[in-house]
Amino acid sequence: MSAVGATVSRMRPVTPRRGAPDPARTDGLLVHGASVVHQLPAQTKVVALTLTVAVVVLTPPGAWGVLAAQAALVIGVAAAAHLPAGLVARRLVIEAPFVAFALLLPLIATGPRIDVGPLTLSASGLIGGATLLIKGTVGTLAAIVLAATTPSRDLLAGLERLRLPAVLVAIISFMVRYLVLVADDLQRTQIARISRCGSKASLATVASGVGTRFVRTYERGERVQQAMVARGYTGQMPRLTDAHATSRQWTLAMSLPAAALFVTLVAAVSGWVPGR
Amino acid sequence: MHIPDGFLDVPTCVATGVVAAGVVGVALRRSEREIAETGPALPGLTAAFVFAAQMVNFPVGAGTSGHLLGGALAAVLVGPWTATLVLTSVLVVQGLLFADGGLTALGANIMDMAVVGVLVGYLVTRLVLQVLPTRPRSVVPAAAVGALVSVPAAALTFTAMYAVGGTVDVPLGQLAAAMIGWHVVIGVGEALITASVLGVVVATRPDLVYLVRHLPERAQSPVPARIGTRPLVIASGVTLGVAGLVSLAASASPDGLEAIGQTLGFAGAATDSGAAGSPLADYAVHGLTGPMSGSLAGVIGVLVTVGVGLGVAALAHSRRRPVALISQ
Repeated sequence: MSAVGATVSRMRPVTPRRGAPDPARTDGLLVHGASVVHQLPAQTKVVALTLTVAVVVLTPPGAWGVLAAQAALVIGVAAAAHLPAGLVARRLVIEAPFVAFALLLPLIATGPRIDVGPLTLSASGLIGGATLLIKGTVGTLAAIVLAATTPSRDLLAGLERLRLPAVLVAIISFMVRYLVLVADDLQRTQIARISRCGSKASLATVASGVGTRFVRTYERGERVQQAMVARGYTGQMPRLTDAHATSRQWTLAMSLPAAALFVTLVAAVSGWVPGR
Repeated sequence: MHIPDGFLDVPTCVATGVVAAGVVGVALRRSEREIAETGPALPGLTAAFVFAAQMVNFPVGAGTSGHLLGGALAAVLVGPWTATLVLTSVLVVQGLLFADGGLTALGANIMDMAVVGVLVGYLVTRLVLQVLPTRPRSVVPAAAVGALVSVPAAALTFTAMYAVGGTVDVPLGQLAAAMIGWHVVIGVGEALITASVLGVVVATRPDLVYLVRHLPERAQSPVPARIGTRPLVIASGVTLGVAGLVSLAASASPDGLEAIGQTLGFAGAATDSGAAGSPLADYAVHGLTGPMSGSLAGVIGVLVTVGVGLGVAALAHSRRRPVALISQ
């Protein structure tokens, strides 16, 4: 299946097979649920998850206990949101290229070398590479939790409340809204090309399909603008939702980075964290 | 090429985030008028297009296929500042929704791809356009060169950020050589894809392309004879060939001054130049051994010299008549 098709199918609702157990009700990237995590406003989740990942990145390399505790915290949030493990594992595959880099690090890093089997690896590269792997995975996990528990409309409202410039929010909301349509269009172009030229593709044919699709996408953009103006658009996008977050919700959300920071501080104070 | 969490330490993430926010702010102000005219739907749809086009598998010849990054292409299609916003939107959605690229590394990714990738691509395209005839079709080869340069430029930005705040110590010269070398190859693919996609758009609807609407004007006064494209290409090819390949046959014996110094005995008075710590010192890439080192150093040197020369020429040119390289 082409990559475009894979993206499009990722964004379509999944219909359960007959007799199969009911899979998590997904809607694109969102996993439906009513957990505590789902109900928190988007801006609290964005801030809390980003700060948590920042605390994880702050952890010095080789502090395995601390990293394990922080990873457990984020996994705990994923569990609290009732996210199916298989779905999370599948979405973690996106970090595969950087895993390859982390595995290369022991070979190319500088510093004292140690012998591991037939290879001479860098000690700091081994520790650094493993640390990188854990930190990157925790970061990806945090982003997966965010996307799975936050509808994109709420996410944009949250970004707006976080003072992201209104123009940028408007551009992103149009992008998200039309992403599936444009991806569908491109996939149809591919199918049209295959049915006319066979599966042997050349740069000229693929590019001409993509180029023509840009022209039509641009024209669609012009039509959308005209439709908006015809319906009274005066240049100000209406506010998306009134996503006000109470201080209780903020406290709940910020408990995650606070816990991660607490773990780091405890370890630092009691001397568990190895010096660089 | 998206940087994940953990590669760069937190101070670097914060610093790049601040700089990225600043540049995006400038882009917002510069593109305000254009977006007010066309509405936010157009950049939004362009962003959706760039995102979707990044997923397409383009066959780039010899059985390999490549993917589009889209910085230079977007800059030529919708203008540099709108393109910065477009690529920023793509990166924000990829980071927050698709977990592609770290949450803390968003600023670094934006610096890398949405700022440097777009602006360098656009600048180089404009520079190349100065030497090509003023025709809508000239935008295509100019954009190809812009795309070719934008990819290693982004890789260089990543290397610079890693040099400042990388979490694992990797020999910098080796990292730079590997990143830039590999991304020059990717840049070739990007150039081919950009040229072919842009060629179609310019052929069918040239009025949609920002750069075609804003082609640099030629002066009315008689201009001294301009070098044609073919001699330029041949000259560049020969220069790079000499720097990269013929230099392999260069003699390793000391040159005239060094030889006399050794004979007469004052060679010991020489001290290392202040630039001896440079990654390209002695015409060898620091950290690389073997003939590749010298060749790569030669090629990098040629590219840098050409870039400086083009920059100086463009500046000198613009003194005579004002040419805005990036229009308001």
